[in-house]
Formats: sequence, C-alpha cells, structure tokens
Amino acid sequence: MTSLVDITQHIAVGMQPLDMEGMALIKAVGNTPLLPLRRVVQDISPDVEIYAKAEWFNPGGSVKDRPAFNIIRTALFEGRLLPGMRLLDSTSGNMGIAYATFGAALDIKVTLAMPDNASPERVSILRALGAEVVFTDPMEGSDGAIRVARQMAQERPDLYYYANQYDNPANWQAHYRGTGPEIAEQTSGAVTHFVAGLGTSGTLTGASRYLRERNPRVQIIAVQPDSPFHGLEGLKHMPTAIRPGIYDPAIPDRTVEIPTEAAHEIVRRLARQEGYFVGISSGAAAAAALQIAAELDEGTVVTVFPDAGYKYLSDEALWVY
Amino acid sequence: MPTLRIPTPLRPYADGQTEISVQGKTVAEALGDLTTQFPELKKHLFSEAGELRAFVNLFLGEEDVRHLQGIETPLKDDDMLRIIPSIAGGNH
Repeated sequence: MTSLVDITQHIAVGMQPLDMEGMALIKAVGNTPLLPLRRVVQDISPDVEIYAKAEWFNPGGSVKDRPAFNIIRTALFEGRLLPGMRLLDSTSGNMGIAYATFGAALDIKVTLAMPDNASPERVSILRALGAEVVFTDPMEGSDGAIRVARQMAQERPDLYYYANQYDNPANWQAHYRGTGPEIAEQTSGAVTHFVAGLGTSGTLTGASRYLRERNPRVQIIAVQPDSPFHGLEGLKHMPTAIRPGIYDPAIPDRTVEIPTEAAHEIVRRLARQEGYFVGISSGAAAAAALQIAAELDEGTVVTVFPDAGYKYLSDEALWVY
Repeated sequence: MPTLRIPTPLRPYADGQTEISVQGKTVAEALGDLTTQFPELKKHLFSEAGELRAFVNLFLGEEDVRHLQGIETPLKDDDMLRIIPSIAGGNH
C-alpha cells in the first residue's frame, strides 16, 4: 500500500489546494482484515484454507474506497479535477458512497448517476454525505447509469470531472498497490487461488496482476452472475454488459457463474455461522470460493468481501427469517 | 390487454422488444402468457420449481405487487406491469 507520505506529496503538487486534515480519514483506507471461513465450509480437504478480505472495514464501508481515493488522487495530481469542478460518475451505490465520503473530507462536490432501483439505504447514505444523485431508468440497469453519466460529461466538460470508474486505470492500480500486496503479506505468500467478482473488474485486474507477478502459478477465478438479469449488486454479466475498458479477459484462468439465489443462501449462512454480516456480492464471492476449494486437495483460496449487509436490509428476498 | 415492460437485460430473450401485450386477468396469468410467447424468458424469471425468482420485482404503477396480492394481483386491460431486478435490494 502506498504510504500516506507518498499520497500527501502527490496531492501537495496537484493543482487544487486541499484540506490536509481530510487526509486523516484516508489513512484508514486499506489494510483490511483477512478473515478465515470455517463453519460455512463443508466437505473440503483439511489442507485447504479459505480466507476473505473484509472490505467493510474501510471508512466508507466498502472495497470501493480503494479505487475511489486513487481516482481522486490521480485526477488532482494530473490537474484534471480543478477547483470549482464536480466529480461525476455512474454507480450502483458503493463507489458513490466512497466518492461522497472522500469528497466531503477533501471539499470536492460529487454528482452521481444511479439506477432508480438502488436501495433506499444507499440513497439515504449518499444524501447524508451531501452528494447530488441523478436517478436513471431502472429498466436500463447500471449500463443506463453509465450512458447518462457519459452524456452529462460530454455536455458540461467545464463543470464535471468524469471519473469513469469502468475505464479509469487508477481503479485497478489501487488494487495492484493495495489489495494484492496485502493478500500476499497476510497469507505469507501462500495464496494459491484468488477469487473475485467482476463489476468494473478493478479488484480482479489489479490484485491479480500483482499476485501473478509474484507467483505466476497463482490461479485467478472471476465470478459473475449466471444471467444478465440478476440480483447480484455490483456485479456484471460480462457477455451482455458494456465491457469495462480496464477489463482484460485474459486475466482469469476460469470464470464461475453464480445464481443470485446461491449468493443469498451463503449471505445468510455467513451471518449465522461465521458472524460475517456481508452484502450480496460477498455471498457470490463466497459461493465461488467454496466451489473452487471443494475441487482442491491443498491450497489457500482468497476472495474479497466487498461490503457489509447493512445496505441490503430492505431486500425482502434476501433475509428469509 | 395488459402490457409488460421488459428490462434491457431481458430484451434479447424477447425478440428485442421493450413492451409486450399479454393475455391474463392476474399477474400470474400475464407472466404465464409472456413465457409462452417467449419460452427463453422462463429460466430468467422462474426457479426450476416454477416460483418467481426472489430478486425479480414486479411493479404495477409505483407499487410492488408483493405489497398488493402478489402474483394473484388482478390486472386491468390498460395496466402496465414493469419487471425490475432488485439489483440493489428494493425500491424507494
């Protein structure tokens, strides 16, 4: 992980004067715990271990703190996010919360295009953090929000810095510098399989590039929904979605498709059997990691749990009591 | 006849159509007619046991049919039923 000193120096030479007190919050990004999966695991070899990066420990509550801060930092350093401009992007929620968190800390105004079927918890959090939300057609999903953000950016390049998380290399680079090295260090280099969901693909792309450089034999497994119509918040069905510019299809050795219902079931089991109260995409990641682990005689499988379950409490389909 | 509005990700399974007229006096009958017209839609909307998949939300106007009479909710001829994934857990 890049040290705070490096970050501060980058920003100090940027174009926009910044509130350095805001950096205290940014110090808390990354270095999340690596938690073992124990009771939720069934019928696997005793020589196989499964771990998950607990990304809800980030200050904005999700893995998206990593790319959001790196995107802001890079835009300031390169002089593309200038005083008086607003940061604009499309989001299904977590990236918006991360932008809004650091925007508040660093005095940068944030505008977000988001599908109108986003959960009420997310909308309330964004409003609490002072972000402007532009709702897009729920029938068009996250790709519809991307199109609206692109259009807004084209019409007002003077007003908006379009962060474009799907195409911005600062997204995957955050994971190359943070998530990947942390996993290597926390497993003492023992990681044999890395499993991550595909949304922007930033986590998979960045962490995998680091882990492969370190150990070319590490196996990379991508997770995606089993259908273009799904309930796996934050994940994309790559064959039918707008493909992110940062996605390199050559990176995964395998892609595992998970039905929404399987992710829901594991979310409930993670809460009740492990005390890990996580969101739906964590359930998909866990389902894929368990599937991979079941095929192995020995190994260390690591996945990423992007966020906690708080933002999904209104999902009646998820919490069957 | 009631109309069903199809979300973008499902349009490839419905000949690319945005809106489809269906026969039926209830939500269940309308969905039954829809999947008869476009059998490929069935696995995306229903489980193997034939139940509506848990993350599929059906909206009549601004109301989730779960909060009306579920799939037994009656439909009028000029009703528009929207199919929306609960992509971020619900609606607002």
